[in-house]
Amino acid sequence: MSSFWSAWIIVLTLVFLVVIIAILRWNMKNYTHIKEGELMDHEFDGIVEINNPLPKWWTILFWITIVWGFIYLALYPGLGNFAGLLGWTSSNQQVLSLEESKQAVVYAKEAGKIVQYDREISQADEQFGPIFEAYAQRPIKELVNDEDAVKIGQRLFLQNCAQCHGSNAMGGKGFPNLTDDDWLYGGEPEDIKYALIHGRRGQMPGWSQQFNDQQITELATYVISLSGRKVDPQLAAAGKQNFAVCAACHGMDGKGNQMLGAPNLTDNIWLYGGSQAAIEETLHNGRYGVMPAWKDILGEDKIHVITAYVYGLSQE
Amino acid sequence: MSQTSPQQIEYNLKVVRQFAVMTVIWGIIGMAVGTFIAAQLVWPELNFDIPYLTYSRLRPLHTNAVIFAFGTSALMGTSFYIVQKTCKTPLFSDKLAAFVFWSWQTIIVLAVITLPLGLTSSKEYAELEWPIDILIALSWVAYIIVFFGTLAKRRTAHIYVANWFLGAFIVTVAVLHIVNSMSVPVSFTKSYSLYAGAVDAMVQWWYGHNAVGFLLTAGFLGMMYYFVPKQAERPVYSYRLSVVHFWALISLYIWAGPHHLHYTALPDWTQSLGMVMSVILFVPSWGGMINGIMTLSGAWHKLKTDPILRFLIVSLSFYGMSTFEGPMMSIKSVNALSHYTDWTIGHVHSGALGWVAMITIGSLYYLIPRLWNQTAIYNTRWVNIHFWLHTIGVVLYIVALWISGVMQGLMWRAVNSADGTLTYSFVESVEASYPFWFIRFVAGLFIVAGMILMAVNCYKTIRQGTPTREVLDVPAPATSTAA
Repeated sequence: MSSFWSAWIIVLTLVFLVVIIAILRWNMKNYTHIKEGELMDHEFDGIVEINNPLPKWWTILFWITIVWGFIYLALYPGLGNFAGLLGWTSSNQQVLSLEESKQAVVYAKEAGKIVQYDREISQADEQFGPIFEAYAQRPIKELVNDEDAVKIGQRLFLQNCAQCHGSNAMGGKGFPNLTDDDWLYGGEPEDIKYALIHGRRGQMPGWSQQFNDQQITELATYVISLSGRKVDPQLAAAGKQNFAVCAACHGMDGKGNQMLGAPNLTDNIWLYGGSQAAIEETLHNGRYGVMPAWKDILGEDKIHVITAYVYGLSQE
Repeated sequence: MSQTSPQQIEYNLKVVRQFAVMTVIWGIIGMAVGTFIAAQLVWPELNFDIPYLTYSRLRPLHTNAVIFAFGTSALMGTSFYIVQKTCKTPLFSDKLAAFVFWSWQTIIVLAVITLPLGLTSSKEYAELEWPIDILIALSWVAYIIVFFGTLAKRRTAHIYVANWFLGAFIVTVAVLHIVNSMSVPVSFTKSYSLYAGAVDAMVQWWYGHNAVGFLLTAGFLGMMYYFVPKQAERPVYSYRLSVVHFWALISLYIWAGPHHLHYTALPDWTQSLGMVMSVILFVPSWGGMINGIMTLSGAWHKLKTDPILRFLIVSLSFYGMSTFEGPMMSIKSVNALSHYTDWTIGHVHSGALGWVAMITIGSLYYLIPRLWNQTAIYNTRWVNIHFWLHTIGVVLYIVALWISGVMQGLMWRAVNSADGTLTYSFVESVEASYPFWFIRFVAGLFIVAGMILMAVNCYKTIRQGTPTREVLDVPAPATSTAA
């Protein structure tokens, strides 16, 4: 904030508070020519007013709040650029990137400032960091059998993952079910952990430009036939003619490719629905799934514990 | 119409009658919609998978209906009545007053149509799209001209305190509405705010909190300052108290908006300033309560027999309670617990149902018989039943949401001491809230039942009466300021 606007705020605030005090003091005295407790000399549609003094307890309360206001504004930020005597801020509000945020934390610590958010985070890290550090040392396949670890993992999952994958981790349209054996990018602990740390981006292109409606219907029919469902054999055969372009990712046999995150089309598990219409929609418009990266939000140690929980879900 | 003979003037009570009737009707509609969406929170299938009936579209309809249809119709009607009676002069312009009534009702009907259609600017309490915003501005400017024009040609030396509050409310709402609704239209039904990011949020809550401060507080204090002394037949307690609390209240409110944005991207200094002013505001707010309740001194026995007075005085108690609660909730460390929980909704309703609705209902029970040549409302016992239905409803509502609000706040912050993870997921706090949401729904039924009883009572009163013609003898034209 420029020093002009800072001064503007300071002057406006202080003048305003002084005016409030002046109004209060002005009315604490009887400036009317009517004695206290008697009626004022005006009447409105039969309504008259008594010239009673301000209630004393009320006046005292007013003074207390005003004095408190001045004290608060001296201690905390409020008067423009004046930072307040305590050097308190709620968070590093000026940062624009993760890098700047990290620098700001270090700077505030060196300058002895109270950044409330940083302080709470570092307290929590100090207290709980070692617990997660210890868990991170143990292999996931071992952690799965540690009841405490799994429970912590579950709570972290419910807080951070359930919004998309559901409280029971069974997913929904566009969000994979994590309790079955069907994995887009592999179901080994390291695959799951990689997805949590770095995120994933599913990319199924749309084919409306390359294929007409009839061809897309044929392709969808063929795809459905791959999981053994009954279809019109003629349509499916026609679809198979064009399946080569799909095979680039999904494989000639349609069993998918975990290196690319290309789903297995033969297991009758459908991320975006398995009806003829849903599959045609997928073929027309493509699908773009996003699993966010959690590295900077949760840190690798906590991710390790969540991985154990998620891995355990499909091992039951 | 305003002058039947050179020495006689006639008040314009027609526009007051129109607003009074619409206030009752909009009250039932607004509160019924509120009760319906309260039921949706308990039984979500009540949206019947129809987009027009989803919670997200009906909730703004509810808030607009109670604030701008019920509340503002009540304020427009009573302010036109009060300003005429206390200034001893008819309205500045009957034609403009009629324009205010018809344009305002048109605006509300447009809101009832567009909000369920999903047409919204997405700004809370300012959801209506830009063509309606322009109509609101026009209607409001007409309102300003009628009110202040009437004040200007008053036949009294002083201006009564009720009119200070009404005047402050009318002017400030115009400023708030115009500044906050500035937007860039992209089509006839869609626009985007002129402001961006944290500035947009700040402008929005500068508007939002002052809608509470000026419309729902200052305006209704104006109503209070007329109807409480009238119904109690007692002098106003303290003239000087009204001077301090008027100036302090209207000037402090303007600063309070940032407390809606604690712990957000809003700069720390803005949050602190908003909090400091909100806390100081507590004291002048109570000035109004003291002045209203103490007006009853020497007439406390009337509360036993007069349910109308009971409405008015209990409304002041709710006003005192919510103006204590509000400043407390604006304190950052309290806000850290209360924000985003049901506590906020409970707080708003102790203001809206306890203060705004009860002062309005009491005033209308006083006013409606007098507008239709009657000495009293058709059935005073029904007024008493309404009082209890409403009071029980409000208390149930507030208590239920206090409990669920504090519970939600505590659940969201509960941390396992062993590993630092949060104890509850969000959905568990939703599940735990259901019993209280059910109680809230029942509270809504009580309140709507009371409003329907009121409508019947008013209908009966109006049916057995005829429109009042109130004529005032005025001194010879030479001494009159307007003729």
